[in-house]
Amino acid sequence: MVPFGGWEMPVQYAGIVEEHRAVRAAAGCFDVSHMGEFEVEGPHALAALQRLTTNDVGALEVGQVQYSLLCYPDGGIVDDLTLYRLAADRYMLTVNASNIDKDWAWVQEHGAAARWRNVSGETGLIAVQGPKAEALVGRLADRDVTRIAYYHVAEGTVGGVRTLVSRTGYTGEDGFELYVGAADTPRLWSALLQAGRGDGAVPVGLGARDTLRLEMRYALYGNDIDQTTNPLEAGLGWIVKPGKGDFVGRDAIEKVRAAGPRRKLIGLEMADRSVARHGYPVTTRVDSPNVGRESAPAPIGIVTSGSYGPSVERSIALAYVTSAHAAVGTELGVEIRGQIKPGRVVKTPFHPSRVKK
Amino acid sequence: MANVPSDLKYTREHEWAKREGDRVRVGITAFAQEQLGDVVFVELPKVGAKVTAHQAFGVVESVKAVSDLFAPISGEVVETNSELPQKPETVNKDPYGKGWMILVKPSNAAELDQLLSAKQYEEFVAQGGGH
Repeated sequence: MVPFGGWEMPVQYAGIVEEHRAVRAAAGCFDVSHMGEFEVEGPHALAALQRLTTNDVGALEVGQVQYSLLCYPDGGIVDDLTLYRLAADRYMLTVNASNIDKDWAWVQEHGAAARWRNVSGETGLIAVQGPKAEALVGRLADRDVTRIAYYHVAEGTVGGVRTLVSRTGYTGEDGFELYVGAADTPRLWSALLQAGRGDGAVPVGLGARDTLRLEMRYALYGNDIDQTTNPLEAGLGWIVKPGKGDFVGRDAIEKVRAAGPRRKLIGLEMADRSVARHGYPVTTRVDSPNVGRESAPAPIGIVTSGSYGPSVERSIALAYVTSAHAAVGTELGVEIRGQIKPGRVVKTPFHPSRVKK
Repeated sequence: MANVPSDLKYTREHEWAKREGDRVRVGITAFAQEQLGDVVFVELPKVGAKVTAHQAFGVVESVKAVSDLFAPISGEVVETNSELPQKPETVNKDPYGKGWMILVKPSNAAELDQLLSAKQYEEFVAQGGGH
């Protein structure tokens, strides 16, 4: 167990690679109750959210979910989140555990007109992900979950527990995120694992959660995005909607858009299996036997996340590099324990997404 | 408690050493591979390289972490496990057998006597020596 955002979290149950493969092949259950949830409601909720977040909340229908960002005025990222429209004027935001206090202060400061409630402590969250997830959740649910589309949400009961059933996830597989009362979480957890035994459903820890999301190039706050990165260089321009009206960070982000980002978050595949880890320097490639003499490799960026990818069976990484070196196919180096190891910019996701679009 | 074969010698850094005639075979213990989790990369010295007792001779990486490999004994590397670059998971599956790492021709075989016995290593781990 490791401390994570104030919670004791399992890095692994049976083993990271085994859990990873179970999610891609069958199903995995993740207790991600550490995530934060805020509710906001009332006639001022929409305006507050439009001001706070980068995506267009006005485009959300009731029962729809949206990936979005909170940004600082300088375009740096406060947090990434999923935003749920639960009723005409009631919304829920799911935020990163390590950012709950910071985000709570931020939404109150910049969305003061609306009524906010921090329900993080009373809300449990279990993700069920994988090709067998739909059948597994469907068997325990009192409603037809096949009719809940990707990035949509519906209320129901699962395993006898009142649940907000969200067709979302952080693995690239089809599946659900199930929001329940904190006290009901252990009951739902047991019901899912028991009912899923025949499907090969297993509990999955933080380690495989990280390798699964990395293969999909999903950003992790604190690694790939933070207050020093802007959405455009992170490749998150698709959830920034300047046309919706003003929001915190818009002017700064639009300046970056006009000039073009200086650096970009790229996918990197290593030639051998050494792992390019968070914080390792990225360099140009000088494939001469005398590297470091006349033509030293030049620093061009930094690795933000890296691991062995159990499904792609290679060492993969995300890194910020200067835009001139960001094109797919570019040969780069990563400095690993004093040695420049060869790598190459590749298309992402590293592994094909199988979400139900 | 993980498996600790009685015929091997051990380091406090969780390597094992096995005398084979005038050679010493080296790997990491079952306890070490359990702590590391899935091994995904092993970096070994080249044949002919010199290794020094208690000094790093290579690196083992798991999904979670990077660890140095420490030589139990000084000498020259006469063979390395050529299967590990392609199948690093062998270290998890068979740490005392197919997951071996290097074969050393010792420069001072008496160094072996300074290593921990199986019983001493078990006690070391039991006392929290792994952390």
